[in-house]
Amino acid sequence: MEYEAIIGLEIHAELLTASKIFCGCATTFGAPPNTQVCEVCLGMPGSLPVLNQKAVEFALKMALATDCRINEESVFARKNYFYPDLPKGYQISQYELPLAEHGHLDIRAGGETRRIGITRIHLEEDAGKLIHSEHRPVSFVDFNRTGVPLIEIVSEPDMRTPEEAVEYFKGLRNILLYLGICDGNMEEGSLRCDANISLRPMGQSEFGTKAELKNMNSFRFVKQALEYEIKRQRALLEAGKEIVQETRLWDTAQGQTASMRGKEETHDYRYFPDPDLVPVRIEAAWLEDLKAGLPELPTAKGQRFQEQYGLPAYDAEVLTGDKALADYFEACVKEFPQPKQVSNWIMVELLRELKTQDAGIAACPVTPGALGKLLALVEKGTISGSLAKKVFEEMWATGKDPEAIVKEKGLEQISDAGALEAAAQEILAAHPKEVADYQAGKTKVMGFFVGQLMRKTKGQANPQLANEIFQRLLE
Amino acid sequence: MTDALYSLSISELAPLLARREVSPVEVTEQLLERIERLDGALHAYLTVDGAGARAQAKEAEARLGQGEATPLTGIPMALKDVLITRGLRTTCASRILENFVPPFDATVCAKLRQAGAVFLGKVNMDEFAMGSSTENSAFGPTHNPWNRECIPGGSSGGSAAAVAADFCIASLGSDTGGSIRQPACHCGVVGLKPTYGRVSRYGLVAYASSLDQIGPLTKEVRDAALLLNCIAGHDHRDSTSLDAAVPDYLEGLGRGIKGLKIGVPREYFGAGLNPEVDAAVQNALKTLEGLGAELVEVSLPHSEYAVAVYYLVAVAEASSNLARYDGVKYGFRGEGRNLLEMYGATRTQGFGAEVRRRIMLGTYALSAGYYDAYYRKGSQVRALIRGDFETAFEKCEAVATPVSPTPAFRLGEKVSDPLTMYLSDIFTISANLAGIPGISVPCGFSASGLPIGLQLMGPPLGEATLLQAAYAFEQATDWHRRKPQL
Repeated sequence: MEYEAIIGLEIHAELLTASKIFCGCATTFGAPPNTQVCEVCLGMPGSLPVLNQKAVEFALKMALATDCRINEESVFARKNYFYPDLPKGYQISQYELPLAEHGHLDIRAGGETRRIGITRIHLEEDAGKLIHSEHRPVSFVDFNRTGVPLIEIVSEPDMRTPEEAVEYFKGLRNILLYLGICDGNMEEGSLRCDANISLRPMGQSEFGTKAELKNMNSFRFVKQALEYEIKRQRALLEAGKEIVQETRLWDTAQGQTASMRGKEETHDYRYFPDPDLVPVRIEAAWLEDLKAGLPELPTAKGQRFQEQYGLPAYDAEVLTGDKALADYFEACVKEFPQPKQVSNWIMVELLRELKTQDAGIAACPVTPGALGKLLALVEKGTISGSLAKKVFEEMWATGKDPEAIVKEKGLEQISDAGALEAAAQEILAAHPKEVADYQAGKTKVMGFFVGQLMRKTKGQANPQLANEIFQRLLE
Repeated sequence: MTDALYSLSISELAPLLARREVSPVEVTEQLLERIERLDGALHAYLTVDGAGARAQAKEAEARLGQGEATPLTGIPMALKDVLITRGLRTTCASRILENFVPPFDATVCAKLRQAGAVFLGKVNMDEFAMGSSTENSAFGPTHNPWNRECIPGGSSGGSAAAVAADFCIASLGSDTGGSIRQPACHCGVVGLKPTYGRVSRYGLVAYASSLDQIGPLTKEVRDAALLLNCIAGHDHRDSTSLDAAVPDYLEGLGRGIKGLKIGVPREYFGAGLNPEVDAAVQNALKTLEGLGAELVEVSLPHSEYAVAVYYLVAVAEASSNLARYDGVKYGFRGEGRNLLEMYGATRTQGFGAEVRRRIMLGTYALSAGYYDAYYRKGSQVRALIRGDFETAFEKCEAVATPVSPTPAFRLGEKVSDPLTMYLSDIFTISANLAGIPGISVPCGFSASGLPIGLQLMGPPLGEATLLQAAYAFEQATDWHRRKPQL
């Protein structure tokens, strides 16, 4: 039987506010344990939370960017459960009335555009981190992360394939980065993804029993975990067995998911409105200001790249799929105003190098200015296209200016007709057979002569000039 | 003028201090000596901070010498042990916080320090403010200074007893369902619960966050006004504190109550009201009338649901507020072979029976499938109770009622019957549910010599009117002048 996967994602994004959501403590990642804490985020008796307006502002930006309906009044609620990393014994979150609802994000997957619904976006506080001793059966708690603001973005169960899920997740991450409200770092946990997935026979309208997947801290793992889960659930269904509703953890090393807790162990969180906080009221004027101040978002930027730079849709999509890459492109075009050539270089040479190095554009040692200069050198005929690739590699390795590399290594193209002609004559004299072939009409050997000249000049001969010289000498 | 300085009120002592006729060090020493000598029989204090008090008294003396004093400079006070005091053990009368020394001050404590008050120590209460008799203290009950066999009321029983027994000049307590007014009534002192949000809750260890409010317990009405002047006001650290200007609560005290409309809610004078209490309160109403007040009959029809609503809303919030005491970070930790066992041991051994009962009730009220029937319904009825008062205050500026249906009962009398115990707060709980202010002033004594109190409740931010009326009543009577024989 054919099955269809139903996938929904819950994305948690840590907001880049300078201070925590309910107190003034700093949010810097990687500080020594328990150095960014106070009585409020430690949940000391008598302490009270006060909402950080910046966190609301950041969350609202995300809500606006994903076309959510923003609730004029939203309410913080307590999610009650015991765990050592949760100092108050409850997490302040939102439940019945979240900050925003009913948004969507358009994604491209499998050659078509699909609209993925966003159920809600709400604000909440992050928990601390447990550190387990390697030597003794003891655990420690670092409360630095406790109270770092999070937004949770809950999707509708609108995705049908792991690819769609990854595209949606990438799309959200991209918007978060465009808005500058989250650093998107999945390894450090600033961006986290849980997935709900179930299968149903193709054509059936009601959903099957779902599993919740956790602990997938890269796009690759999200894809692998969903693929694994589809296989696992399909095998069970085909064997006539039932899917158990449970939470499963992705195990990267094993490449599989494993049950963490079943339905009967599910917490009853006993949500109720937090009496320590007043409802959040969003003034229309504030919302208007935020809307007006939103940066250009990926879709709009892609449109502009097509119109302003005459790029094909595919180039525009790739370049704007990462804000840093789009910025890089634009900076490069400023230096060298031939957008399509810049785009080609970025999409072929630069992205390949980044992929080989497994690095993001932020780690690229070649500045957009330097790349622009390199392309200008090719344009002027100072170096050939093939040499430019070598210069680029050198720029990547040393971070040096292209002009300096060309000069230092003597890579300038030789366009001195006299010098090239002398060398050409030597070559012709050394290869009488090929000369005879040419004269017998096998003009293809021209390539051989030019190649020999290139070898002789270490690739620096101006290829066009070389062609002309040989033609003249052979006639 | 060095005799019995301990027996003075703030209003009596402050001018002597200001004129430098007596020294705060002298007053503090007298009180410390008195506590040392006599508190063994009452057990009002959980922690006496002699060294801290002496140091504060010296500072106050210097400040008085420099002419930079406030009316509270050099006034020795007792703080309910639910108020967080930096560097001074704060137990909430619970084993679970037996050795907890907070690293910060409650906003009210910081304000009192700034005003130059002296902290004698921390006084007894029902564990986590849950109770009406101070018998739920993990460290033993407090006795009523008027009769050692009787309860002082609760949960601020230590505060009320310390004020009545002259173990301090004044005190602060907290009131979630009557915990300031009821013990004030049973100990024959003045107790004011301000409007919800009038005084910052920052540093008040939470019992039921939407009901808790800090307020003064004092020897006379004027002192309550003086203390409220100091502790009231908006606090950026408490999102629920009201951003309303603080008037000078002393201003209206001499104005009398001619023409003041005082409502008498018929629901508060029915069956179950002790005849002696009834008579004393009726008498008080006549006194108010004699002072020119106009008594009008009002109705608070949803009053009968107040206790039930309170025991849904308060316990639900408590079950969540007390989740932080898990043995992980501070306070008592029980032994266990794993995390779950440690949690269980910590909370079973660390909390007393009443606290555990309320946590369980609250957990139940919030559970999936019960939330709508209990917590949500409770919140809805709460809105009706608030509506009752709004309607009543269209016809009057304050309402007058008894504080407690009976004078102080005997220690142990209701311990095994929580429902009867819960009903002793029947007249005070509504003010917390409605968020309105209420004051208890002495209005008589029972035949056996136990104090009886009159309660006045007002509309939100109506403290000035309540103080004005209570002051007028106090000036016309002398119940507050009586002192218990220790």
